[in-house]
Amino acid sequence: MERIKTLIDKEWAEAFKNKMVLGTVVFMPLIFMVIPLFQLALMRNIPASELNDIPSTILAGCQVQNFTGSECMQGFLVNQFLLLFLLIPLAVPVTIASYSIVGEKSTRSLEPLLATPTSTAEIILGKALASVIPAIGATLVAFVIFLVGARFFVVSDRVYALFMNPTWYVAMLVVAPLMTVLSVNIAIIISSRVSDPRAAEQLGMLVMLPLMLMFFGAILGVIPLNVTTMLLLAVVTLALDAGLVVLGVKLFQRETILTRWK
Amino acid sequence: MIRTEGLSKTFDGGKKQPAIQAVKGLDLDIQQGEVFGFLGPNGAGKTTTVRMLCALIGPTAGRAWVNSYEVGQQNQQIRASVGILTEQPGMYDRLSAEKNLTIYAKLYGVKDVLGQVEKYLRMLGLWERRKDPAGSFSKGMKQKLAIARAILHEPATLFLDEPTAGLDPEAAKLVRDFIEDLETEGRTIFLCTHNLDEADRLCSKIGIFRQHLIKVDTPSRMKTAIFGRQVEFRLKQTDASLLDFVKRFDFVKQAALEDNRLILGLDDPEESNPLVVKALVQAGLAVQFVSEVRHSLEDVYLSLISDENDR
Repeated sequence: MERIKTLIDKEWAEAFKNKMVLGTVVFMPLIFMVIPLFQLALMRNIPASELNDIPSTILAGCQVQNFTGSECMQGFLVNQFLLLFLLIPLAVPVTIASYSIVGEKSTRSLEPLLATPTSTAEIILGKALASVIPAIGATLVAFVIFLVGARFFVVSDRVYALFMNPTWYVAMLVVAPLMTVLSVNIAIIISSRVSDPRAAEQLGMLVMLPLMLMFFGAILGVIPLNVTTMLLLAVVTLALDAGLVVLGVKLFQRETILTRWK
Repeated sequence: MIRTEGLSKTFDGGKKQPAIQAVKGLDLDIQQGEVFGFLGPNGAGKTTTVRMLCALIGPTAGRAWVNSYEVGQQNQQIRASVGILTEQPGMYDRLSAEKNLTIYAKLYGVKDVLGQVEKYLRMLGLWERRKDPAGSFSKGMKQKLAIARAILHEPATLFLDEPTAGLDPEAAKLVRDFIEDLETEGRTIFLCTHNLDEADRLCSKIGIFRQHLIKVDTPSRMKTAIFGRQVEFRLKQTDASLLDFVKRFDFVKQAALEDNRLILGLDDPEESNPLVVKALVQAGLAVQFVSEVRHSLEDVYLSLISDENDR
């Protein structure tokens, strides 16, 4: 346990002296928190006659609940940002892990580390936790600040209740942590083939593509944003995590790193 | 101590390339407190051997023991009981020298972390720069910091890969003196170096290696085995008949004449030299100097590697 703590301490000391990593950890959650709040503020006075852009399925839901124009617009648009919040646990770990592993590879500091009595599991866990903890922390902090800020911009309690429902809780408390694990493992796999931290980071960001597709699907009304969708996303992410953890551990062996990593 | 029996390592070349045998049947026996010089050309398999002995990669055949722990069976104990200076210092450049060492002291489970860090930073002349990022250090300073990292946990065996490569003469001397101090503390040191003069000065035993061990012995015995003992007699004047004159003596194994220097190969120079000098003087030759020919380890190394190339 002491070694894992030391590794986390080392990873953070290194990572947070890197402006690129610090920028991603701080600014990405900030952006994904500010944009929805800004959207809420903009949508405070929307008459029902201006709801033409909203997909008919969503519009029908608004009519059932007897939402006003502003309520419908706020509820629809801001709910889409749920998926953008899920980009935080994907992007932050991939950045930290890319710099942590590929960075060590390029400065040749991995071999002295591997020569210590630290076990492979401790090294992987130390590096993974050093990426996962800030990512989950940043996601939750951004979400809480969003919830507090949204209170001032929503036009009614009925809209606010949309952010306090099980869909968001499953997303933030179940899907987000699973996404961080996915992201770290992808970073490890990419790190075994890439020698430049920036290249690893950019490749790692491709992990966000499926989520972006979901985002557009939700905007078009093709993918419903509800608890079932979030649970389905959690199951898929968990299955991917299981497979990638096995592959990541297989790749992160002393001999493999020293003799096969490029 | 380090012991290997038929230690071998073959790297699988994959589908497109043939397998590469990096180390073949290595037998070594290095006692506690010895400084062992592991010499060989680039690509000879030295780093692979060090990695196997430090339990970083596994052998494909043979067995090895380091500090009485068996490679492949007790890897964690081996890693805890050895220190390694890798070819590249590999420091965390954004972190201070002190933080670099503190991290490693904790990973090695050192009890008095701050005490050990201070001890070695002072010993290697880095204490005043302890708060500076390692990335701001010169190559020599980084190398000293890496040596401090390798020794922090007081390992019984130390593997040093090119410890003075790229250092200025003053820093190189400091490192060499430091290695001598480590030897007096009874540590086993496994030194990979291309600096043969350094190996000659520091090592009690030398192994010349290229995929397999070509020869292992003390530097002086190795020189004698290859070149014999040779004595140079510097004369005021010589002539060609001198060679036939000295070859009459049974104890003269070889004889050569270079300018006014007569070089003789002798089994027992202490006994033979007075007889040779007496004969030369009686023959009317003026002997100016008598001295033993000192062969360098470089001569030995080049001779052995050249023989190996001819095979």
